[in-house]
Amino acid sequence: MYNRNNLKGWLYLLPALAFISVFMIYPLIDVFVYSFEENYNFASQSYTGVGLYNYSYILHDPYFLQAVKNTFILVIITVPLSTGIALLISLALNSIKKLKDLFQTVFFLPYVTNTLAVGLVFMILFKKTAYTEGLINLLLNSVGISSVDFIEGPYWAKMFVLCFYTIWVVLPFKILILTSALASVNKDYYNVARIDGTSKLRIFTRITLPMISPSLFYLIITGFIGAFKAYSDVVALFGTDLNAAGMNTIVGYVYDMLYGNSGGYPSFASAAALVLFAIVLTITVINLLVSRKNVHYQ
Amino acid sequence: MKIVLEHLTKQFISRNSSSEIVTAVNDFDFEIPDGKLVGLLGPSGCGKSTTLNLICGLEVPTEGKIYFGDLDVTALPPENRGVGMVFQNYALYPHLTVRQNILFPLENLKGEQKLSKEVMNEKALEAARLVQIDTLMERKPSELSGGQQQRVAIARALVKTPGVLLLDEPLSNLDARLRLQTREQIRRIQKETGITTIFVTHDQEEAMSISDLIIVMKEGMMQQMGKPQEVYNHPANLFVAKFLGTPAINVFEGKILDHKVYIGEDAVMDTEAEDQDIYVGIRPEGFIPDRNGKFNCRFDRIETTGRDTSIVCHNDSCISDSDIRVIVDSDDELNNENGIIRFNLKPNKTHLFSKKDETVI
Ligand SMILES: Nc1ncnc2c1ncn2[C@@H]1O[C@H](COP(=O)(O)OP(=O)(O)O)[C@@H](O)[C@H]1O
Ligand SMILES: [Mg+2]
Repeated sequence: MYNRNNLKGWLYLLPALAFISVFMIYPLIDVFVYSFEENYNFASQSYTGVGLYNYSYILHDPYFLQAVKNTFILVIITVPLSTGIALLISLALNSIKKLKDLFQTVFFLPYVTNTLAVGLVFMILFKKTAYTEGLINLLLNSVGISSVDFIEGPYWAKMFVLCFYTIWVVLPFKILILTSALASVNKDYYNVARIDGTSKLRIFTRITLPMISPSLFYLIITGFIGAFKAYSDVVALFGTDLNAAGMNTIVGYVYDMLYGNSGGYPSFASAAALVLFAIVLTITVINLLVSRKNVHYQ
Repeated sequence: MKIVLEHLTKQFISRNSSSEIVTAVNDFDFEIPDGKLVGLLGPSGCGKSTTLNLICGLEVPTEGKIYFGDLDVTALPPENRGVGMVFQNYALYPHLTVRQNILFPLENLKGEQKLSKEVMNEKALEAARLVQIDTLMERKPSELSGGQQQRVAIARALVKTPGVLLLDEPLSNLDARLRLQTREQIRRIQKETGITTIFVTHDQEEAMSISDLIIVMKEGMMQQMGKPQEVYNHPANLFVAKFLGTPAINVFEGKILDHKVYIGEDAVMDTEAEDQDIYVGIRPEGFIPDRNGKFNCRFDRIETTGRDTSIVCHNDSCISDSDIRVIVDSDDELNNENGIIRFNLKPNKTHLFSKKDETVI
């Protein structure tokens, strides 16, 4: 009986398994194999040797190192900041009574807004053109600071725009998740805490945070993974020649190695992809270990 | 500490858009004596929780004052009132152990009141012992039964030795047997600590069995306050009479004519009251089967549940929701001729209420 049910279970899983095998597991193995084959060529299906040469090459490639640096800066700045800001806004939303729905909608709007429209807003804010300096520069000028070229100027200015953009894009979803997590905390906990004379800070750290920790943890994990995979936003802001702009990311590097102007190197691309995989895996495992102690599932 | 409520009123703007005003607590004006266990009793939605929330300070009264002892606490925030409260769902912090839950209120103390770790642990253990959960200190609430969780909630409410303990339907999430046990525990704990305790319930039997005093309320208004047996024996109005007692009191339409009480055609007893239309309430134990009795009912059946034998019968004047229920001794001789059964009524179990305002005559 047990075995027959088991068989039935696998049968139900079969379509999903087939898809996952063909579109995920097989390519993964393929990439893994490519990354150890020197000078692999798609067309001729040939390679010149097996070893760690590809890894050695990319780890000495200044473009790759720049991409790793950019990605890490992006991750380290945007994940904590966006989660923190989202938490602050959610707490504020949760504590107001009037117009709560209106504000919730306003904060969620960017999420359902077309990327092109968001891009346009950023153009207006930051881009220097023949006609205008961009809104931010006008503001800077008005307090006596000279204009900065945020799109083609110094590294920190470009990084600032990228982080700003990334946080802006991920904020609505995080706010949505956190406001619903906060709203689902039973009010009686707060009532008991008030009667017991618990300070606001202690209520936040000892009750609110543990109660919403599963949602928070989910946002941090997906935030890390999302930020490590950054690419399309960077292209939208700085164009396709990211290496020249000094703004490439790891995924961007992989793409360039495959299809870019300097492309045609699947072996290097595979090695870079596996380095990214290793980084994301490590960070996620660390996250999971930390969460064991601090996340409270009910 | 005695609690005095002075013309206490709480109004809400109704939540469902119509924005009509709901008076959840209407002009409460009474005193709860020091050291007593008081049962606040009434049907769901009559304002019991609101009353507790006013007393503990979670709600601000629309009008009126609250005193603890001689101290006016109306404007004091909850944390300065020295109350302990147990919520219906216990509201134990799920991520903290039993010990941490009980310690929580103590850890909030600041300044001069601040306690050392040892003293806090000692107090927590003492509270845990009082409710007999001292062997479960390292468990999480999810690893406890409903009754144990309930006791943890009481321990947490008691650990700061509050002057007033408030319990909002503390037993309604427990199964029947546990409910019986736990209410005895609450009674015992209250006796041991002597803390003035208000105990909210919609279950009249619960309130009757453990309270020193009960307060019956309906739609925000206090109906009657007194010792449980007194209120049962001398209900102030038809609502109180109907709300107390299981099986419920049997209610009939009747009238008084020439100092006789009539139910239908039957003159069932004498009275001194004036002629008027009335409701007659007769407790199930207020009937004496008698071949020559004055009150005629149509016999339906006999039911035996446990130790009680009850006669179920009909009468056209009966306006109770269910049939007439009469509890008799099993050795009472039953007279049943042509489906008619006759009773005499015990005057102390028969209550007359004015038809106009439903108050007792
Ligand atoms: N915060 C509130 N806003 C509006 N109406 C409320 C609020 N709290 C309670 N009420 C209303 O007040 C009445 C009494 O409620 P409650 O005290 O909770 O009753 P009980 O505890 O006796 O069941 C109900 O009609 C309820 O709808
Ligand atoms: Mg209630």
